[in-house]
Amino acid sequence: MAERSFAAEVELLKLGEGETFTGEGILAVTKALLQSGVAYVGGYQGSPISHLMDVFADANDLLASLGVHFEASASEATAAAMLAASVNYPLRGAVAWKSVVGTNVASDALSNVASGGVTGGALVIVGEDYGEGSSIMQERTHAFAMKSQMWLIDPRPNLPSIVDAVEQGFRLSEASNTPVMLELRVRSCHMTGSFVAKDNLRPAMTVDEAAAAPVRDTSRIVLPPANFLHEVEKVEKRWPAGIAFVRENRLNEWFGPDEGEVGLIVQGGLFNSLNRAMELLGLSDAFGAARLPVYCLNVTYPLIPDEVAAFCRGKRAVLVLEEGQPEFIEHELNTLVRRADLQTRIVGKEVLPRAGDYTAHVMAQGLRTFLAEWQPALDLPDLSIAPLPAPVAAQIPQRPAGFCTGCPERPVFTSMKLLERELGPTHVSADIGCHLFSILPPFNIGNTTMGYGLGTAGASAFKPKDKRAIAVMGDGGFWHNGLTSGIGNAVFNKDDTVTVIVDNGYSAATGGQDILSSRADNRARTTRHPIERAVRGIGAGWVRTVDRTYDLKRMMAALREAMTSPERGPKIVVAQSECMLNRQRREKPRVRKAMSEGKRVVRERFGVDPDTCTGDHSCIRLSGCPSLSIKPNPDPLRRDPVAHVDNSCVGCGLCGEVSHAAVLCPSFYRASIVANPGRWEGRWKALRSRLIGALQKRDARLRAARAF
Amino acid sequence: MAAAGEATRDRIGIAILALGGQGGGVLADWIQEVARHHGWLAQGTSVPGVAQRTGSTVYYVELARAGDRLPILAQMPTPGDVDIVVASELMETGRAMLRNFSTADRTTLIGSTHRIYAIAEKSGMGDSRGSGERIVEAAARRAKRFIGFDMEAATDRSGSVISAVMFGALGGSGALPFPREAFEQAIRDSGIAVASNLRGFDEGFRAAQAPVAMPDAIDHAVPQPTTDAGRALHGRILGELPAPAHEAALHGVQRLMDYQDAGYAALYLDRLRAVAGLDAAPWEATAELARHLALWMSYEDTIRVADLKSRATRFERVRDEVKAGEGQIVGITEFMHPRLREVCETLPAGIGRFILESPRLSSWLDRFFREGRHVETTSLRWFLMLRLLAALRPLRRRSLRYAEEQERIEHWLGDIRTSIAQDPALALGLVRSQRLIKGYGDTFDRGLRNFQAIRAALFARPPAERRAQWLDDACAQALADDSGRALEDMLAAA
Repeated sequence: MAERSFAAEVELLKLGEGETFTGEGILAVTKALLQSGVAYVGGYQGSPISHLMDVFADANDLLASLGVHFEASASEATAAAMLAASVNYPLRGAVAWKSVVGTNVASDALSNVASGGVTGGALVIVGEDYGEGSSIMQERTHAFAMKSQMWLIDPRPNLPSIVDAVEQGFRLSEASNTPVMLELRVRSCHMTGSFVAKDNLRPAMTVDEAAAAPVRDTSRIVLPPANFLHEVEKVEKRWPAGIAFVRENRLNEWFGPDEGEVGLIVQGGLFNSLNRAMELLGLSDAFGAARLPVYCLNVTYPLIPDEVAAFCRGKRAVLVLEEGQPEFIEHELNTLVRRADLQTRIVGKEVLPRAGDYTAHVMAQGLRTFLAEWQPALDLPDLSIAPLPAPVAAQIPQRPAGFCTGCPERPVFTSMKLLERELGPTHVSADIGCHLFSILPPFNIGNTTMGYGLGTAGASAFKPKDKRAIAVMGDGGFWHNGLTSGIGNAVFNKDDTVTVIVDNGYSAATGGQDILSSRADNRARTTRHPIERAVRGIGAGWVRTVDRTYDLKRMMAALREAMTSPERGPKIVVAQSECMLNRQRREKPRVRKAMSEGKRVVRERFGVDPDTCTGDHSCIRLSGCPSLSIKPNPDPLRRDPVAHVDNSCVGCGLCGEVSHAAVLCPSFYRASIVANPGRWEGRWKALRSRLIGALQKRDARLRAARAF
Repeated sequence: MAAAGEATRDRIGIAILALGGQGGGVLADWIQEVARHHGWLAQGTSVPGVAQRTGSTVYYVELARAGDRLPILAQMPTPGDVDIVVASELMETGRAMLRNFSTADRTTLIGSTHRIYAIAEKSGMGDSRGSGERIVEAAARRAKRFIGFDMEAATDRSGSVISAVMFGALGGSGALPFPREAFEQAIRDSGIAVASNLRGFDEGFRAAQAPVAMPDAIDHAVPQPTTDAGRALHGRILGELPAPAHEAALHGVQRLMDYQDAGYAALYLDRLRAVAGLDAAPWEATAELARHLALWMSYEDTIRVADLKSRATRFERVRDEVKAGEGQIVGITEFMHPRLREVCETLPAGIGRFILESPRLSSWLDRFFREGRHVETTSLRWFLMLRLLAALRPLRRRSLRYAEEQERIEHWLGDIRTSIAQDPALALGLVRSQRLIKGYGDTFDRGLRNFQAIRAALFARPPAERRAQWLDDACAQALADDSGRALEDMLAAA
């Protein structure tokens, strides 16, 4: 079960001709796919396209009624390989993932499908996770489009443009027999807006029909001599066809006056920010009535030589606003103006930053620099704002991401930290997933991370004699590729590393989607395939499963044994406990219902006694739970803040375990709060508390007698 | 020429700065609902990703009056172009200023004044908190209007969520051209926790009309004597100690009478007077010593912990803190880890020392004290046990720990007395170095070790080089990391 239910969003997918869709960008894409008569959809979840996957997963009945096949693919490579269905058949297909990491994973299949070309429209929807808030390496999908020759659409960020881009993307793909990538930046995926819907279309041919009448064409298979023919076909046939389609259908757009001394060329996805920058400089208005000519590239690859030449002709200089590096578009524009023998100067990264988000503010500054040189007559307002004074700024702390309240992964790292005190520091190869937060404070554990599911592979070079390296892997990464690339490789190469597989029951970091080893029942897929069985099946001999990570003693014992066992070969510890976020989502309504029905409910939470806490905060350094915080010391004599558990505590128990295992402090307590106690329980406990109360009253009297 | 932008600018930009899990997305949705309901165009966007998990998150909403043409809306707040900022926490209010989202000419800044501490602030070994006052001062200058109040308290009062309080404050600020009913309707339409969200909305709405308010601070009333013994000691404090030390000494005496008895409090005053006699105005060392000496003399031993844990006031505090309702039963379980060492320290000095100094006996006994214990204080058995332990108080003076602590305290006081006349600053530093000694078990051992290492290093230096600054630096290094490496490096360099 995913993090949230998408029942309401599924309703949006059913809208018909003329109705207004209001919702998020990525959902608009989802609707656009159905309006385009897509026959099959696949993909791999990850920010910012998870919602597309989740909505489709919840829309089984609708998809079945339309004859659309949907699959939550095992990895991006799986998803990309699905596009094979469009090679021989006029099937429209779409796959989606987070880029650039997903594109990296998919690249083998992408190269193949791009080489052989497609018959049906093939659309690759990439959620470009670049800039603020990104959790991945800052690279451009553009490079992939160029090297494999796939067209890259980067639409203006408003819902009608994005929906249009999906529909045109399929047509472009079919017109040029080339897969098309649709790039959506993070903010566009999460952006709300409206567009007028059309009816959903049943695919002209369904995947069933295609499978029933197989077509075989060896010229589409990447093997000599066909692969050499593909290369020629790409250049001589598909490229011109693509360019012709983009030009004839005017996929790119022009704003502002036709003529001018200078002009601007911008990636479609950046258009809104550029317009805001121009508006603030007095060069445009809220409706895009620019005072300078703007050429908006909704298709950023390929560039259209005629359009570029026509735009640049007569202009002294053109500023290209292109996010990320290398500046492929700027390079290409230089080539194109040279070939057209124009003297227009192409200006780009020399006035704009080479790296980072192109926010409206950044673009406004670049624009000022550009215009100061090329159109100095323009008098532009100064947009600079005095920065917050340094002494104030210094008070504002960083807020790195961290494990959620009650997260079962936290005790795994607490154990590693405590074990480090016994065994000394160890090389830790981290993985992608929530568990990667271990590299941040307070745990500060992890030396490298090499990619999803690659924790164990990342440790494979380490073959020390007496000190084993530890690799961490999530269950999501494990099923994505870790089983083979990590465990299989370690078994085969007789690696001596320790692998901790964090088995929390979901692909938690991407929104809690089910995976093979999920313990929940799933109507549409099969679950409950234990990780331990999988690793044993692939030849791992030393495997321990700890089925409650919060039990620090067992967790530490398993890790200690893995680190010190004389047995050779990979040591695998499967650390199991359910993702707390998902668990709470399920449990909370259940408990609330039981409470209101008058049933006996026990709630547990932790607390800290402020009068025995001395404010050393070791507990926080070993836990980092958001609900374990500090507050001003209520003691008039003490100054350091005391630890404090707030009401978001879910009573996971780690605080108590930590104070035991690390011999910390007696300040922690666990409170169990019984609502609607049974009759006998109520009576007995009332009697007990009367007895205790009487003794306490007596003690208080005696204390008062000798008090100040 | 700038006016060209302004003239067609018929929109409102709203940035929401929240922490993952605070419902910033819900708030953004509500705002858009209200606006669309009034025929405005609304666009919202955000960058969730990993920031969703407890990190800082920015949501951005733009509202524009609908007309014939569709305006081009921005996807992120641009410095100098944001009309309203709503921040769910004080440092996020600060971050809005750091990123220049809030500007004096345009922005209505609505920020909570409560704190959710960041991990670096929480995990420091002493006090690593950022200064909230500085943020509030800056907010008054860097916004057209600053609305600040404790949104967490308002959330608690209304039994609501902070996003509802933020929504109320936004409605109450009057910065949006929509009536109160429109905001409330959006809450009703969402159909989730309507009653409590409306209460939260109301709290926020009213707070937005009030002046800027910081969270309630703890008020420490000066203790007043209630017994004859108390009055006698009160008289001694006023008569024998300089005024700057009075307040801390009153707290100190109150603490030590509670901790042990009037005689122990008198010993405290004797010790304090001895130092005061060597000190001079402004009596800084004496005033600080009144605090630190009371803390050290009320060191946390097994007896003290058992006493504090079994009091009625503590039971009530727990009930209160866990928000136990009427008729609900609260059970309290402690996580105690008495090691052999702590047990021996409670025994009479001779016996305790004998056990600890006999390797065979202590290793045999140690096996019983390796495990942490779950002590259910609310059960009769454990309550009586704790009460029995607390009743050992009169025997404390004979315990091993008492002997050890008094020796260390005398040693420390001796250092202070020797240095106070020549170098009051150094004496003050020595007084304050007591803050290194705190906690239990490993934490206590580490603190004491650092304290002693610093003292030894200080007095190993030639008298002319025993400087207060060096001592302060050493204490800061001791609190810099719990591996002790920073201090080791410093001492090695010295």
